[in-house]
Amino acid sequence: MSKKLLLKNDHIEGIHTLPIYRANGGYSVLEKALKTMSPEAILEEVKTSGLRGRGGAGFPTGLKWSFLAKPEGVPRYLVCNADESEPGTLKDRYLMERHPHILIEGMIVSSFALGAKTSYIYIRGEYFYIARILEIAIKEAYEAGFLGKNIQGSGYDLDLYVQVGAGAYICGEETALLESLEGKRGNPRIKPPFPAIAGLYGCPTVVNNVETIAAVVPILEMGGAEYAKIGTEKSTGTKLISASGHINKPGVYEIELGIPVEEFIYSEEYCGGISGGKKLKAVVAGGSSVPILPAELILKTSAGEPRMMSYESLGDGGFLTGTMLGSGGFIVMDEDTSIVKNLYTFARFYHHESCGQCSPCREGTGWMEKILLKILDGRGDMKDIDLLWDIQSKIEGKTICPLGEAAAWPVAAAIRHFRSEFEEYIQYPEKIRDIKHYYRLQETATA
Amino acid sequence: MAKVTIDDITIEVPDGTSILEAARIIGGDIAPPAMCYYSKLKTSGGYCRTCIVKVEQGSAKDPRPMPKPVASCRTTVMDGMVVRNITSPENLEARAGVVEFLLLNHPLDCPICDQAGECDLQDLAYKHGEEETRYQFPRREFEPEDIGPYIKLNMNRCILCYRCVKVADQITDGRCHGVVNRGEVSQISTYIEQAIDNDFSGNMIDVCPVGALTDKTFRFKSRVWYTKPVDAHRDCPKCSGKVRLWYQGEEVLRVTGRKDQWGEIENNEDGSTAWICNDCRFDKKETKDWVIEGPTHVNRRSVISANHYEGLAAIKADTLRMLGSQPHGVKVDLGEGALDPNNE
Repeated sequence: MSKKLLLKNDHIEGIHTLPIYRANGGYSVLEKALKTMSPEAILEEVKTSGLRGRGGAGFPTGLKWSFLAKPEGVPRYLVCNADESEPGTLKDRYLMERHPHILIEGMIVSSFALGAKTSYIYIRGEYFYIARILEIAIKEAYEAGFLGKNIQGSGYDLDLYVQVGAGAYICGEETALLESLEGKRGNPRIKPPFPAIAGLYGCPTVVNNVETIAAVVPILEMGGAEYAKIGTEKSTGTKLISASGHINKPGVYEIELGIPVEEFIYSEEYCGGISGGKKLKAVVAGGSSVPILPAELILKTSAGEPRMMSYESLGDGGFLTGTMLGSGGFIVMDEDTSIVKNLYTFARFYHHESCGQCSPCREGTGWMEKILLKILDGRGDMKDIDLLWDIQSKIEGKTICPLGEAAAWPVAAAIRHFRSEFEEYIQYPEKIRDIKHYYRLQETATA
Repeated sequence: MAKVTIDDITIEVPDGTSILEAARIIGGDIAPPAMCYYSKLKTSGGYCRTCIVKVEQGSAKDPRPMPKPVASCRTTVMDGMVVRNITSPENLEARAGVVEFLLLNHPLDCPICDQAGECDLQDLAYKHGEEETRYQFPRREFEPEDIGPYIKLNMNRCILCYRCVKVADQITDGRCHGVVNRGEVSQISTYIEQAIDNDFSGNMIDVCPVGALTDKTFRFKSRVWYTKPVDAHRDCPKCSGKVRLWYQGEEVLRVTGRKDQWGEIENNEDGSTAWICNDCRFDKKETKDWVIEGPTHVNRRSVISANHYEGLAAIKADTLRMLGSQPHGVKVDLGEGALDPNNE
């Protein structure tokens, strides 16, 4: 049986309510932390645990917290990024829907560690029903004295609010999220200054992913050093993986970081193999923006070592032969999948979600989408493949926020590993053209 | 003070200066082109990405290079920073990419655009652009929108530099326009269908780097290079009254603010920016309204400059030299029967 920390009580009926959560050991960490630990001690535990941000970039959380500026007389904020919108990722939704109190407990403890008196959970608009679940849970926590003034007699005050976004992918980028939270247009800010210096309302702010904040609870429960023993040296602890695509058992799984990718795909405990007994073709390992890898490279690294589900093993080989763990949106594709069609879907998404603030992303994402549609339509030219490559290289790294990279990487990886498939689309349009599909594409493009 | 090296030239600038401002102090081609940055407007810049530079060394303390090209207008210098702009082919290629993106959906209607001749995008395209576009699709088009009696908005030409939004925010008393919609279809617009009516709204025309916002009172009257700029002033109760009059013959066709070599409005003596009010810009179009200071010194780079006429003089001289060996009145032999209409 694998190690479970966040979802260990997943089987218990009614765990989303406060009485049952408490009966199963909930809020004991909060009492321990507020009564016996100093904020510095909590920060030390998080640092020792080696916890890395679960939102996608994998930045060490303890380090991020230690960057927070602490000027006198200026409020500090903790903002939970629940704007989970990376295609293929649905772990935060699962966690918040079924375990709202672990997030709230994590928010209280983390806010205490950072010295924040007001904290926000920024949740995407499409999750309005989860916002309601969270609001009910927050109300329960207020009534039980875990939020509000003088929490559990510790003298620490905290107010926690849920803010619903309007459903823009870009608002998952931390500075765009802060703009949106302030009530402005959700455009990413130009960094520096980083949110740790000037974030929400110009005050020092930490923005963390839902899963990161929830993971603080088990860390304080078992101690940072004990948590660091789980997983590998550079990827400690457990991670929620949202598995989707052509697998027998799609869903959210909590894994101990460092298990082999092969085990994750084929074992009965997790994905349960490829559906229909087909062969594995490719995997997008961490949400739509990370590079796609063909079967031979996702199961084994270029050096022939088995690839593990961890930040460093998936990143092995850079982008030439590796990918990223990202947010843990694990999309599996079987042998019948068209990489070009899949790439068009991704490109269309990024085109639609580009905020339009800086020119490479605003113009480039639409251009790539149009070229891919042209190839799918059977009007492609061999030069278009090189043109796509050129466009993505001119977007990558030239934009204000990482959306440019998120749009460029899938294109680059698809051409790098599956160039022959693009060529086939261009060489034999009549063989591949599926008129019905094409008109559906056109209809959606004009709509 | 911070010591910064840009393209192998080292200068010392005050802390907090941006790389772009430091490069402008050095001047010449080293100053990166800026389409959205405007030093007189706070928080401007960072959007267009044409001013990107490569930072080879972050600072003396932390000599690591920056992983990505940075927007020089929004990145402050650090002591010991080493920056490459035009001496890095890689950087120039990245910039050419940005220029391609800016021109991708631009209508390139320069022949009928009032901005032609003083357009930043035109200059940028001449310097960094390709001869042909690689874009094979129809260009984006917006519905025309009327934003008031003085300013003509042509959204198809807009590059979303946000300068006009910052002008409305920072120098007028109440902004009623902004960027609506998202991504490729985001556009400058008023909310909802209002007219922009403000004493200082005309400055939006001056800051616009392209022909998206032009002067309706000057629309299709002349080309910029046929008009003669003259500096003038008047005692205006609302603004500094320091303007540039654009003459064609005896007639004042247009009044604008005075722009410096970077295309930005000049400062007053007290350091404030010499924005002009709509009265000066749109209503005072007669010589008697103004105290004339003298002809404007025009940047040599500009097509309005004397350089342009020097160029013409050179062509004229060449032509005369050629004609010298072949004086007027010489018959040119076209071959027998060349002018006979019956000859097939």
